[in-house]
Amino acid sequence: MGLRTLCLAWRELNEIEYQDWSLMFKEANSTLVDREWRVAEVCQRLEHDLEILGVAAIEDRLQDGVPETIETLRKAGINFWMLTGDKQNTAIQIALSCNFVSPEPKGQLLLVNGKTEDDVCRNLERVLLTMRITKSEPKDVAFVIDGWALEIALKYYRKAFTELAILSRTAICCRVTPSQKAQLVELLKSCDYRTLAIGDGGNDVRMIQQADIGVGISGREGLQAARAADYSIGKFRFLKRLILVHGRYSYNRTAFLSQYSFYKSLLICFIQIFFSFVSGVSGTSLFNSVSLMAYNVFYTSIPVLVSVLDKDLSEKTVMQHPQILYYCQAGRLLNPTTFAGWFGRALFHAIVVFVITIHSYAFEKSELEEVSMVALSGCVWLQVFVVTLETNSFTKLQHLAIWGNLVVFYMINWIVSALPRSGMYTIMFRLCRQPSYWNTMFLIVAAGMGPVLALKYFRYTYRSSKINILQQAERLGGPILSLGNIEPQTRALDNDLAPLSISQSKNGRNSVFEPLLSDSPNAVRRSFGPGATFDFFQSQPKSSTYSRNKDN
Amino acid sequence: MKLSLKLEDQQQNQNPILFKAKIPIAVFGLPFLSAFSATHHHAAAASDKLSLSLRTHFPTGPSLKLSYNTPTTTANSGAGKMDTSPKPKSKSKKPKYSRFTQQELPAWKPILTPGWVIASFVAVAILFIPAGLLCLSASERVVEIVDRYDDECLPDSYSNKGDSFIQSKDTNKTCVRTMKVPRKMTAPVFIYYQLDNFYQNHRRYVKSRSDKQLRDRSYADETRDCKPEDNLDGDENEPIIPCGLVAWSLFNDTYKLSKGNKVLDINKKDIAWKSDTEIKFGSDVYPKNFQKGELIGGGELDETKPLSEQEDLIVWMRTAALPNFRKLYGKIYSDLEANETITIVIQNNYNTYEFGGEKRVVLSTMSWLGGKNDFFGIAFLTIGGICLFMAINFILLYVCKPRPLGDPSYLSWNRNPNGL
Repeated sequence: MGLRTLCLAWRELNEIEYQDWSLMFKEANSTLVDREWRVAEVCQRLEHDLEILGVAAIEDRLQDGVPETIETLRKAGINFWMLTGDKQNTAIQIALSCNFVSPEPKGQLLLVNGKTEDDVCRNLERVLLTMRITKSEPKDVAFVIDGWALEIALKYYRKAFTELAILSRTAICCRVTPSQKAQLVELLKSCDYRTLAIGDGGNDVRMIQQADIGVGISGREGLQAARAADYSIGKFRFLKRLILVHGRYSYNRTAFLSQYSFYKSLLICFIQIFFSFVSGVSGTSLFNSVSLMAYNVFYTSIPVLVSVLDKDLSEKTVMQHPQILYYCQAGRLLNPTTFAGWFGRALFHAIVVFVITIHSYAFEKSELEEVSMVALSGCVWLQVFVVTLETNSFTKLQHLAIWGNLVVFYMINWIVSALPRSGMYTIMFRLCRQPSYWNTMFLIVAAGMGPVLALKYFRYTYRSSKINILQQAERLGGPILSLGNIEPQTRALDNDLAPLSISQSKNGRNSVFEPLLSDSPNAVRRSFGPGATFDFFQSQPKSSTYSRNKDN
Repeated sequence: MKLSLKLEDQQQNQNPILFKAKIPIAVFGLPFLSAFSATHHHAAAASDKLSLSLRTHFPTGPSLKLSYNTPTTTANSGAGKMDTSPKPKSKSKKPKYSRFTQQELPAWKPILTPGWVIASFVAVAILFIPAGLLCLSASERVVEIVDRYDDECLPDSYSNKGDSFIQSKDTNKTCVRTMKVPRKMTAPVFIYYQLDNFYQNHRRYVKSRSDKQLRDRSYADETRDCKPEDNLDGDENEPIIPCGLVAWSLFNDTYKLSKGNKVLDINKKDIAWKSDTEIKFGSDVYPKNFQKGELIGGGELDETKPLSEQEDLIVWMRTAALPNFRKLYGKIYSDLEANETITIVIQNNYNTYEFGGEKRVVLSTMSWLGGKNDFFGIAFLTIGGICLFMAINFILLYVCKPRPLGDPSYLSWNRNPNGL
């Protein structure tokens, strides 16, 4: 039944016996060699002839929302392993109750038991064989291994065990010690998996530190796990939001920020390189030092700082379609191909700016300071539109940052142009009065952004990526139905069949409010399943003697 | 000047205001309004709320307020409040909810629908094609006469030895050329000299000047960057004013124009930028030791005129960005009729033969876009045309191969439900 049992018994001790025993106990406690074994031996001497009083059974409850979290994250393509200190039966019961494995006949549990090397070897081989055969079938197969067998497997049969680890999506390891937990994480890391370890007790600290991402649940057992972790959350179910919402957004934003920073610097560098071809390859800098310094600090940094508010898909959509997380894995948004795309864009824009500038400002208009400012203005205008095109959601701050940036550019240059001692005296004023300056700006923006826009539109409509499809579905309103399930199971069907009601007008201009903290007043409450009333801890200390209640 | 004091009747509300005052003060001559108030809470014992605030008090315009309140000890500032400190009263550690920190700011989320994209391409095409035609017509109206003379003005005996022709003092450097006016040129007509293959944008050249020296008499010794044209014969007490390679290579060909037998007056005033003549080149700085060295790089300067009046020098010192450039020589304030013959008497002094440079004289009228430059017109037309072409393509694609946006059946996990 999966209850934790505690047996109570009693015996009367007399004084002399206790004194003798106490001495032996003290001695055993202070030995340097084999202390645990000595202490256990001494305790054995005391524990005999006991009269049983009774048995207490404790039901260990799972936390709120654990089964749903695991199911959603499974759909997102994340494999789950349970590492616990409980015994096998308890662990299996808990796994069944929280969606870890499906009950028979859909799911199958393969046990790897054994106390000796041969035993373990045979079991391992058998399980491996079964795994290889059932790999092609849509069966839910998981293996169960306990601490002893794990020790032997890791020491003697590491290769076979690694293969088993790669083949299986789910695993349950019971009676594992903290160091074994860390070893398992290390094993998976060496197979090039990205690992996330989540736990709440002091015995999980090693595992948390070993994993790529460590998440600690701060709560009942204290703050050790939370302190050692990279991220600390309050409940297990927050993991879903951590990965699907925050993790995804963070990845998108980081990918954009890093590639954009390269792009804007490459733009200036390419223009300087092209200018050197017409200046006798002597190393003349087209841009003066004030402009170069201000470019990186003032003219191009503010729009990207505000890009941390960018959201490509709303949370509701992501929660409904956790499979979208696949699109973030394997570096889909930040890899040599995408980087080459930005590099090419920088080169193309540099060519556009350079060619247009030197042809518009030729012959009698050709003056070094003016040409420099025209080229710089062209770059800044292009940046503004590039950021606009790459941003998915425009809050007021983003509008302010992007367009305000342009205004700041002109203001800074007007101020510098008003200083008589600067090399740029009156340059910007002269330029802004010339119609050819504004013509040049329009030309640069149109020539630079036209192909980019056309390419993006073409890819968006005719070669949509999954993110794009979901974006369109979301913005244009209407239900987003997910017709297929990855794991068809008799249990709860996809909740997506209920049409989502998003209110919007047809042309896609919405104000969509998205709560990030699920307790915020604007959160849309959706009940995923029967209100679970269990507490769950992923790993248990070896001896757990206290009861947990459902807590909020 | 107004001081107001407000005391409330205690029975009226739960948190009566004990004392409230608003005092206008002035800081650095700017008007401020300071306010002070103390309230007494009956319900929470011993929690008197004290608040101080300072607000700008301009007669018009936005105001900025700084306020300090106890006992929650939050200090708010600015026109928009962002309160993210936890309330000590309730036991919950949840941070105070605010739209910004929870990323719930209302957002406009546009997507690229076919309508918008096609409309924007068409709009660009509609704007650019007429603009291109306008620019082309402006460029067409400009009348320009260009005449290359450096090869023609070299006598046959010195062909291939142009540098020795220039450097020798005995040769006659006068050269007479004729030009025909193709269309009527309305005044003012601008005279430029055009140099090709002359790299005024070379790094050593651009560096070799001293703006401080040009501006101010007291900085006559600031010739650090001007090597090798900094001192006369290496004597530190004899700085060259203006120093540097840019000034040393001053262009010194001269042109005299005449129409038939009537001499055309060339106005050489106001050819340089006003900001240069007023600020950058000082009116108390006189040329000294200029072009006195062994190597002569260009023209000489009148030592009695201050630099702010040496407009040729000022025009020359505005370094050009490209190796082929034109600089203003002068203006003619009379019309030139079509088919007239203009005679130019050129003094071919400047040595471009050494490095294979070319010299041309240009007469041109101006339009609102500047001189003759077909680039704008062609570029606008090209880009407008390409945009129109793209728009038509997209319309055709949309009509022939419609693709419903946001169709979830295209999601790959909906296409093969049994595996990914």
